[in-house]
Amino acid sequence: MSTTATSPQPGKPQARTPRPAEEGRQATSAKPVTWKTPVLLAALGVVAFIFFGLMGPNQTARFGLSSSGDFFQLPALAVPGFLGGIVLSVLMLGLAGYAVYLKLKDQAAPRWLPVTFIVLFVAAFLIWVVGGARTPSISLAGLIAGSVTLAVPLVFGSLSGVLCERVGVVNIAIEGQLLGGAFTAAMVASMTRNPFIGLLAAAVAGAVVSMVLALFSIKYLVNQIIVGVVLNVLVSGLTGFLFSTVMQADKATFNSPGRLPIIDIPVLSSIPVIGPILFKQSVVGYLMYIAVIVVWIGLFKTKWGLRVRAVGEHPQAADTMGIKVNATRFWNVTLGGAIAGIGGSFFTLVAIDSFTKEISGGRGFIALAALIFGRWNPIGAFFAALLFGFADNLQSIVTIIGTPVPSQFMAMLPYLVTVLAVAGLVGRSRPPAASGIPYVKG
Amino acid sequence: MGASVSARTAGTRLVLQPHIPSGLFPDATRLVRVLKLELKGITKRFGSLLANDHIDVVVEPGQIHCLLGENGAGKSTLMNVLYGLHEPTDGEILIDDKPVNFRGPGDAMAAGIGMVHQHFMLVPVFTVAENVALGAESTKTGGFLNLEDTRRKIQEISDRYGFDVDPDVLVEDLPVGVQQRVEIIKALVRDAKVLILDEPTAVLTPQETDELLDIMRQLKSSGTSIVFISHKLREVKAVSDIITVIRRGKVVGSADPGTSTTELASMMVGRAVSLTLDKAPAQPQETTFEVKDLTVIAPNGHHIVDGISFSIARGEILAVAGVQGNGQTELTEAILGLQERVSGSILLDGKELRGRSVKEVLHAGVGFVPEDRKVDGLVGTFSVAENLVLDLYDKPPFAKGISMSPAKIVENAKSRIGEFDVRTPSAAAAAGTLSGGNQQKVVMARELSRPLRLFIASQPTRGVDVGSIEFLHRRIVAERDNGTPVMIISTELDEVMELADRIAVLYKGKLVGIVPAGTGRDVLGLMMAGLSPDEAAHTDQLHHSPEPTSTSRAEGGDHD
Repeated sequence: MSTTATSPQPGKPQARTPRPAEEGRQATSAKPVTWKTPVLLAALGVVAFIFFGLMGPNQTARFGLSSSGDFFQLPALAVPGFLGGIVLSVLMLGLAGYAVYLKLKDQAAPRWLPVTFIVLFVAAFLIWVVGGARTPSISLAGLIAGSVTLAVPLVFGSLSGVLCERVGVVNIAIEGQLLGGAFTAAMVASMTRNPFIGLLAAAVAGAVVSMVLALFSIKYLVNQIIVGVVLNVLVSGLTGFLFSTVMQADKATFNSPGRLPIIDIPVLSSIPVIGPILFKQSVVGYLMYIAVIVVWIGLFKTKWGLRVRAVGEHPQAADTMGIKVNATRFWNVTLGGAIAGIGGSFFTLVAIDSFTKEISGGRGFIALAALIFGRWNPIGAFFAALLFGFADNLQSIVTIIGTPVPSQFMAMLPYLVTVLAVAGLVGRSRPPAASGIPYVKG
Repeated sequence: MGASVSARTAGTRLVLQPHIPSGLFPDATRLVRVLKLELKGITKRFGSLLANDHIDVVVEPGQIHCLLGENGAGKSTLMNVLYGLHEPTDGEILIDDKPVNFRGPGDAMAAGIGMVHQHFMLVPVFTVAENVALGAESTKTGGFLNLEDTRRKIQEISDRYGFDVDPDVLVEDLPVGVQQRVEIIKALVRDAKVLILDEPTAVLTPQETDELLDIMRQLKSSGTSIVFISHKLREVKAVSDIITVIRRGKVVGSADPGTSTTELASMMVGRAVSLTLDKAPAQPQETTFEVKDLTVIAPNGHHIVDGISFSIARGEILAVAGVQGNGQTELTEAILGLQERVSGSILLDGKELRGRSVKEVLHAGVGFVPEDRKVDGLVGTFSVAENLVLDLYDKPPFAKGISMSPAKIVENAKSRIGEFDVRTPSAAAAAGTLSGGNQQKVVMARELSRPLRLFIASQPTRGVDVGSIEFLHRRIVAERDNGTPVMIISTELDEVMELADRIAVLYKGKLVGIVPAGTGRDVLGLMMAGLSPDEAAHTDQLHHSPEPTSTSRAEGGDHD
């Protein structure tokens, strides 16, 4: 109605023009900005100021930027602990203040604000931890490269989640898919003496686990959460049983898969910091980058993606447009499982060259968190997974250099980050509307 | 109103169409193709329910064919069969005299049938272009979306019918009326020759309705047949070429639009009905119910009810009008104590109701008929007798200490069933098995069985057969005449105009104004679109006076 009034329209008197402007105004003022972000940022800012600033260490924290193989050496970054903490936490308080100011003017904080805040917070935390350690020096390049490595299964897992949830099926079984992939990769690679066949088998195993999820949740309308949880337990039990009965009995035949080679792209891999991350990876690592980009383009730029998203948002609308809702769901969930399976192969073909019980160690659930933190977007999920990988890696590095903080607290770090992230630190995220709801015709 | 003017304009515009350069409309030749649609002996059974019983309908090319019938008569089922969403139990569909077999909506669309559903089939988080593209995507090589092409198609159709829809806006940000146009564009992009409109006016203001009727006439003159499903006699008479009346899944006859309203109504219901309510003028006494500056904040932070103040006197009916979703539900729920974030004040007999529990509010003498009886009004699996004491089960005479008195409950049920003429096999029948009208009578009987200090009825006759409407309206007026302040919330303007002593109009959670009963339909319609009572009255006057300048300007703006 109202938009028609904005342009001359045949047969319509012109008297209705006052409406659209008025409507626009009301629409914007109708959604008040909440206090959540400013208050949260202010609280974190104060914590940072007290701990990282006032109680900051007196040593100078050194961060190495280059590794010995790089073709030019960057000087190490040296930051005085106390001063660095004060400066960064004051900046954080400034950002929090700006958010409060914006709220008072009834404006929402822009997206860059919480993101910058997080970066500053992490930096201050690093300075605080490293500056207070026995050896106040770490390799930043190593820290980041390690984070990417640890994030690989998380990225695959959350991509699987993205593919499933975008189509309307909640995939709690990511953990089971990772574990199934890891086990099958080890088993098949050992038996065939070829890790590449193992990689392929991992994808198949993940897909099979996913097909069970798809079958029960789509065809038999069983609650998706319950099927997912049951699958996790099932896969864990099954792989555990086969591990102790088959693999343990003959390790040489069944549990020595050998590793996938690390492919080092000459020259490019010698660029400081980003070289090892982008150009010195295993096949699985390179596949990760490709998968993120392909899934993103697929979802948002192609006909397939439009249909997939429609099925996850409003299956009935998709159905009335002639799209086969349940078939789309089934194949997407299967594809998601295959991707998670490849992620699982990382454990047994890249990280370690054997399978052990519960080798995925709950990373499927962290991947689920990354998916939510990344707002159901493949690229968002990728960066969220990196953050979790970073927290994970930091925890182990920091324990090695000997911080005064008890290692148990450091071990909690990834989970603490998960809780904060999912609680909606970076705005409220909106899942696909039909996620978790089975589609029944009629 | 301006309908005749627009129809004439539409006519002249359409004459221009054959001169449109064919490059602009590559499918211009196909536009001429028309299609004859025939439904033969369509029968659809859901379990024991016979939704469609050997229905025969012929839709001639270029016709607006109306299917008239009450809610639940089987109109929508029939159309879902035609659109390939349901498979018919028996019967066949003929297109241009050739039988077709639709295995899904895709087949129906390919055959030239488009449908605008009552509940829009649009993905809210997609843009208009994405929604239009869905299912019939233009692609570049490799399956990449070519939204540019879709945008161009939307622009063409928009220009041709004066829709003015921006292809890049998110659908959820569009008003309902525009969303409906997106639905029509969706069908036209797929080259629909027969367009099914399922209760298209349910969500529109009267002005939007008139605009839609104009669009329908335009479509018709360009050769598109329209199947118009409705139960609103005024619209049906205004736009149809032929009317087929459906009652309880059967075709009971056809009529031409000249047939009188009463005659159509009696065909629809199956017996003579009186469409007007004789009610004595109100005798308002002292004001006992007052709402001051009431605001309700929705979980998403919207002020869904925004600073509303009004009062109702004893012996008076205040009807709240407005298009669905403008805060009516939340307003009633706030009074009942069902909303969480409420500010302001709700005074009944001088006592504050805000912040009280629902039980306390009910005990203060508030009777409440919720808008959705199946969800909030009844427990479907409980018996009629149990449903009749849902609010009093713990009070004597129905309870003694911790035990209930079944005999008393059944006794009560018998007298209520008689008094309200509830058609039920017995008091022990599950409430969910009753027809909509009888379910509503059960809710109404329960709420009116206590001495009331305030009676609120939300959509009191939604989905109720015409016969029961009459009865329910009489009971509401009787309650008013007992000296109870009565508040009616209805999206049906006819109902509002019939019952109200004063009319309050809500728009986007705000009270646009309160006007006396007898205010014209057009003025109320403009208020429902957000114009203040004064503006609305002024615009309405402009509207009725001859306006040569405005019309010619409008035609000049038509740049085809």
